[in-house]
Amino acid sequence: MTLHAELTIARDSGFQLELDLRIEPGQVLALLGPNGAGKTTALRALAGLLPISAGLVRLDEHIWDRPPEVFVPAEHRPIGVVFQDYLLFNHLTALDNVAFGLRARGADRTTARATARRWLDQVGLTDHAGTRPRALSGGQAQRVALARALATDPALLLLDEPLAALDASTRIHIRADLAHHLADYPGHTLLVTHDPLDAMVLADHLVIIEDGAVVQTGPPAQIARQPRTDYVAHLVGLNLYRGTADGTTVRLRDGGTLTIAEPGTGPVHVAFPPSAVSLHPENPAGSPRNSWPVTITTIEQHAHTIRVRLDGTPSVLADITPATLAELRLTPGTRLWATVKATETTAYPA
Amino acid sequence: MSRSFRALALAAVAAGTLAGCGGTDTPAAPAGSGSTAPTVSGDITVFAAASLTEAFTRIGKDFEAANPGAKVTFNFAGSSALAQQINQGAPADVFASAAPTNMKQVTDTGAITDTPAVFVRNKLEIATPAGNPGKVTGLADFAKQDLKIALCAEQVPCGAAARKVFQIAGITPAPDTLEQDVKAVLTKVSLGEVDAALVYRTDVKAAGDKVAGMPFAEADQAVNDYPIAACAKAPNSAGAKAFVDYVRSDKGTAVLTQAGFAAP
Amino acid sequence: MTTAVRRGGRRRRRVPLVLAVPALVGLAFLVVPLAGLLIRAPWGTLTDQLFSPAVGQALVLSLVCASLATAICLVLGVPLAWLLARGDLPGRGVLRALVTVPLVLPPVVGGVALLLVLGRRGIIGQYLDAWFGISLPFTTAGVVVAEAFVAMPFLVISVEGALRGADPRYEDAAATLGASRWLTFRRVTLPSIAPGLVAGTVLCWARALGEFGATITFAGNFPGRTTTMPLAVYLALETDPGAAIVLSLVLLVLSIAVLVSLRDRWISTPS
Repeated sequence: MTLHAELTIARDSGFQLELDLRIEPGQVLALLGPNGAGKTTALRALAGLLPISAGLVRLDEHIWDRPPEVFVPAEHRPIGVVFQDYLLFNHLTALDNVAFGLRARGADRTTARATARRWLDQVGLTDHAGTRPRALSGGQAQRVALARALATDPALLLLDEPLAALDASTRIHIRADLAHHLADYPGHTLLVTHDPLDAMVLADHLVIIEDGAVVQTGPPAQIARQPRTDYVAHLVGLNLYRGTADGTTVRLRDGGTLTIAEPGTGPVHVAFPPSAVSLHPENPAGSPRNSWPVTITTIEQHAHTIRVRLDGTPSVLADITPATLAELRLTPGTRLWATVKATETTAYPA
Repeated sequence: MSRSFRALALAAVAAGTLAGCGGTDTPAAPAGSGSTAPTVSGDITVFAAASLTEAFTRIGKDFEAANPGAKVTFNFAGSSALAQQINQGAPADVFASAAPTNMKQVTDTGAITDTPAVFVRNKLEIATPAGNPGKVTGLADFAKQDLKIALCAEQVPCGAAARKVFQIAGITPAPDTLEQDVKAVLTKVSLGEVDAALVYRTDVKAAGDKVAGMPFAEADQAVNDYPIAACAKAPNSAGAKAFVDYVRSDKGTAVLTQAGFAAP
Repeated sequence: MTTAVRRGGRRRRRVPLVLAVPALVGLAFLVVPLAGLLIRAPWGTLTDQLFSPAVGQALVLSLVCASLATAICLVLGVPLAWLLARGDLPGRGVLRALVTVPLVLPPVVGGVALLLVLGRRGIIGQYLDAWFGISLPFTTAGVVVAEAFVAMPFLVISVEGALRGADPRYEDAAATLGASRWLTFRRVTLPSIAPGLVAGTVLCWARALGEFGATITFAGNFPGRTTTMPLAVYLALETDPGAAIVLSLVLLVLSIAVLVSLRDRWISTPS
């Protein structure tokens, strides 16, 4: 019962999307990428709101889209969609919103409302059945949208940036809730997001796209350990470099050299987390480690750490404690030395 | 400069003349050709019953030819509407009505103080579209429900005359529409929208080929007298008087007779 | 010139004189004639006139015809508005201009046009008469047709504007929930444009009620059949101005009642 989609979509603007997706029942696949990468286009194509230019969309033996002969429009696909702005019908109560899909597919009012009520209970909004969408908070609206999408028992659940409209604290809470619901949901799920945390927490499998093409796929943990592009690396908060290895020395493509732990040959990626970087006012001598001069460009405050961007050969991200920041009196423009232990680096073939 | 002086002089003369003869039927200067009546100039506004449209338009042109410098403008409508307008203060110089009752509406309020003079008479005729598609044979057909019939509304002279005629003939008409003036009725006939209507003889003549006329006996018993008079507060009283005189002169009468009106 | 700031409060916003004076003149221009009707009303004979059969007849006819005309406008006009707003036609701009023509056309001209097409010898009317025996002029149905002709553009323009402003993404959402296009239109699109729809309907009804030129030209004048209130007023003016004022007052009160009952809901945009 696999969902199989080979999408080629050419838009009038000249943008082209090429994507190959396979989702198993019960699996959550996250489509991750920067804005404009084509994620929402892919979601709309799977939803049947947009026909593909070439390729195939198939759920088992049901063909949903195969140009030029077959195109099943959205209203005939067994899908449920949670839109970025939720798009709850403002003139209907929460209950009637959730019941809408059931009524549209032929259920009578009593049955539809009973099922809708059950779903509202599931998402914890029993008391808000009679509330209009305008009177709901962001988190509540999101949950109603989810209930509405799931009420019709769809085979495919599509989530378009489901948490983007929420503030940070609500997001954490709702994300955890969503993870529970997705775990219980037996169908196929496609989650579209630009937030790596969503992907990491909710997805079983990631597909990362940039500029209309896939750049990396795999389970979240693997991608975090071995990012293939700057975007991915930045996404998961890693320093990533490309270079040529000759033994344990890697000559970096953009300048500079790094010493890695395991010898290798040929083109390689070298990665290490910002937490592995130490900053010193002067060049320290000592155990085999990488060390080079850098200049601070920006300093960002994160939850409990300070992330420092440093210019140098190569440029690097470093995470330090507030104490270190104060002690070294770091400001943009300060010149320092960055060091990384070879053992902290990971190298893998490019 | 000289023009306004001339107008002033004329006004003085006219005022003098009117003051001298107010209340008489005949104008001070003898009507007709060959007289030494001075020509008038300026705008003259004439409110006239719709049935006078073609005849008066012709007379207006003739008058302008005889009085260079004069310009005659007409307002043709149902006599009751015109009477109303004059009573409300419309700037008319002359009023020619299709029935004495509507003239009375105006003299009652004092908007006209001269004694009106009857200058023509008109009688009704049955009008059908060319070719008589409804196969109308006489007045009795006006009671038929399946024919489309147009009549003037009763407050308009031709409507009042029609009512009289039906009363005399003992027929209850079944009209489909009651129009505001006789020309509107005529239009319905010439467009073929109605099978029969009662209009004036003069209207049938004016409509030419599009309309066929059918005289009937009772028409002679409900003839309309058309009175004409200059208005008390006429903006151009000299012009008003001159126009009234012209209408009643031989020249005017000739045009009216040709249109189908009867002598008073 | 400076305006002193009140202590501890908001500065009272005064309407600048340059705006206030024309505004007041405009207000007087619109309101004083209506007040004139009230002032000159023949209060003594009012009740007699009011309950005379002629007035009752004209009133009932007016209400019935205006409502029927509005119903026709809704049935035909809403789909037309949808076509103009969402249809993918070439030459939509031209279509829209044509639809707007009755708005700017003098009503009498409209009546003449209807006569030439739907009259007994009209382009279409002649076949209606010959094949079905249907003749529209001088009938109540003719009144309804004339009123619908002049009033429909109001509805179409209003609804088209509302449809253009409606968010098409809600229709996407409805589709993903399994709603057919017709169901989506009925239960999602129409409710979302309700204010614009109501506004258009009210304007349409009011315009139909007040129509005179096209009605008298196309449908003629006959009490009980085609004499609507505006016609009755016009006729009464020639013979009995008192009656004309009474009839005018009835129409005025009716219009105000309709507008008050809607209580601004139809002119305010949804927040």
